[in-house]
Amino acid sequence: MSGSTASSTPGAQGLGLAQYAICLKGIVWREALRYWHQRERFVSALVRPLVWLFIFAAGFRSVLGVSIIPPYDTYVLYEVYITPGLIAMIELFSGMQSSLSMVYDREMGNMRTLLVSPFPRWFLLTSKLAAGTAVSLAQVYAFLLVAYFWEIEPPTPWGYLTVLPALVLAGLMLGALGMLLSSLIKQLENFAGVMNFVIFPMFFASSALYPLWRVKEGSPWLATICELNPFTHAVELIRFALYEEINFLALAVVLGAAIVFLGAAIAAYDPSRGMLKRREGP
Amino acid sequence: MSSSTPDSEAASDRGASPPAALVVAGVSHRYGKRKALENVGFIVAQGSFSVLLGLNGAGKSTLFCLITRLFATQRGTVRIFGFDVNRAPSEALRRLGVVFQARTLDLDLTVMQNLSYHAALHGISGHQTKSRAGFALETVAMAGRAHDKARDLSGGQMRRVEIARALLHRPRMLLLDEPTAGLDIRARADILKHVRGLVAREGIGVLWATHLIDEIEPSDDVVVLHEGKILDHGNAAEIAARAGAAGIGPAFNALTGAAGFEGEPN
Repeated sequence: MSGSTASSTPGAQGLGLAQYAICLKGIVWREALRYWHQRERFVSALVRPLVWLFIFAAGFRSVLGVSIIPPYDTYVLYEVYITPGLIAMIELFSGMQSSLSMVYDREMGNMRTLLVSPFPRWFLLTSKLAAGTAVSLAQVYAFLLVAYFWEIEPPTPWGYLTVLPALVLAGLMLGALGMLLSSLIKQLENFAGVMNFVIFPMFFASSALYPLWRVKEGSPWLATICELNPFTHAVELIRFALYEEINFLALAVVLGAAIVFLGAAIAAYDPSRGMLKRREGP
Repeated sequence: MSSSTPDSEAASDRGASPPAALVVAGVSHRYGKRKALENVGFIVAQGSFSVLLGLNGAGKSTLFCLITRLFATQRGTVRIFGFDVNRAPSEALRRLGVVFQARTLDLDLTVMQNLSYHAALHGISGHQTKSRAGFALETVAMAGRAHDKARDLSGGQMRRVEIARALLHRPRMLLLDEPTAGLDIRARADILKHVRGLVAREGIGVLWATHLIDEIEPSDDVVVLHEGKILDHGNAAEIAARAGAAGIGPAFNALTGAAGFEGEPN
């Protein structure tokens, strides 16, 4: 077609590693700034799990007994049991909210400014994902701080550190899922439906609120669904990491799901293959 | 200083004649069964002010999506200073500045923060950004508002900031999609003056999409786009002469058969 493109590697300096770092930093920085300007978001992200912790868990403490299952080596309070689930819930909401902001950005044209950047699209989307995850980490640690004063804490303070990689990985997976969904949603209004059809089923059909052996007693097929739900594995990864242990099955599932979701999202935002094309038609 | 853009011309300036700022050749695009563009081709020369004239729905937005690579061209090629948008997107996009029709400033952030974000998206370092942003804001007479929130600006001021932002990475080609939409007469004239100034002073190539006849001067290059096809292309005065009309307005009406189209501000 055009021979002139063969010259696409002329003397002009390409985008070096330093430029990539600047770009990533800029995207994370903007996300943080935006977040700072929407402090109500931070408060509501904190209040939601605390309501579960203080009201739901306190009420159910006597109803739901939790037997000794790994990683716990003693009976634990129900509040302690659901804390990893609530942490994962924070990340789930955060991941969905940053994808909501992508839909909003697209409607408002901000997505366009991101995508006309000369950096490769996979890098821009991955940076956006990293930015969203960084914001969710701040929310999780704020929650853990409040929980600490409620006397819910990992067995040793090291737990706060060992949980970090699990949080990053779970955050990336849930953020990537949100990003994939954002590419499939045409307009903001449709998003409420996705919240209902994604967030609630993912949260309730998981080990967040009750251990799987208990689910199995009630309904074996529901237990199977829970086991297939990547959110269950995010919860378990966090649960074990808080106790300075690695749940390898959970690690493998979360890592695999993160790669699949992100790959699908990048494909969806690809100019030649993507869904954008079909959608943007007036 | 000499990180990326300044040597762009040297990079693409291999042949005897410098490549055009923008070449659109044989571009067709369809959404499902509906044809949006059919065999569209034109050239924007360096340092020229070119107008893409068409009614709403003519295909202007689709064409902009293809030039900015929001989606890939199905047929034909788009080249920016010789770089194919689909084959060398990074090289092409680095040489292109874009002002979208939709407002794209982050309203909660200050003008400077908005510019810094854009600079980062182009890999421009922090202290370089500062001097470039100052300069870019100067060219659109917005230097005094750098630390104001975008929310506090008027529509015309936001547009000027968006133009400054599009210039940060020093593109030699500027794309503006209906940049005066929704602005009052004075702000419109103001934006137009600034962009024409860029063409005259800095030799930047501009493609200005509009449906407003009164934004066109007789010496401008005009591409008349209607229902996805180019009806005429050339100097505004020539187009008028070819159509046997008194000016580009009547010529456009004659070409498109759009009776009574006056090109009033919307």
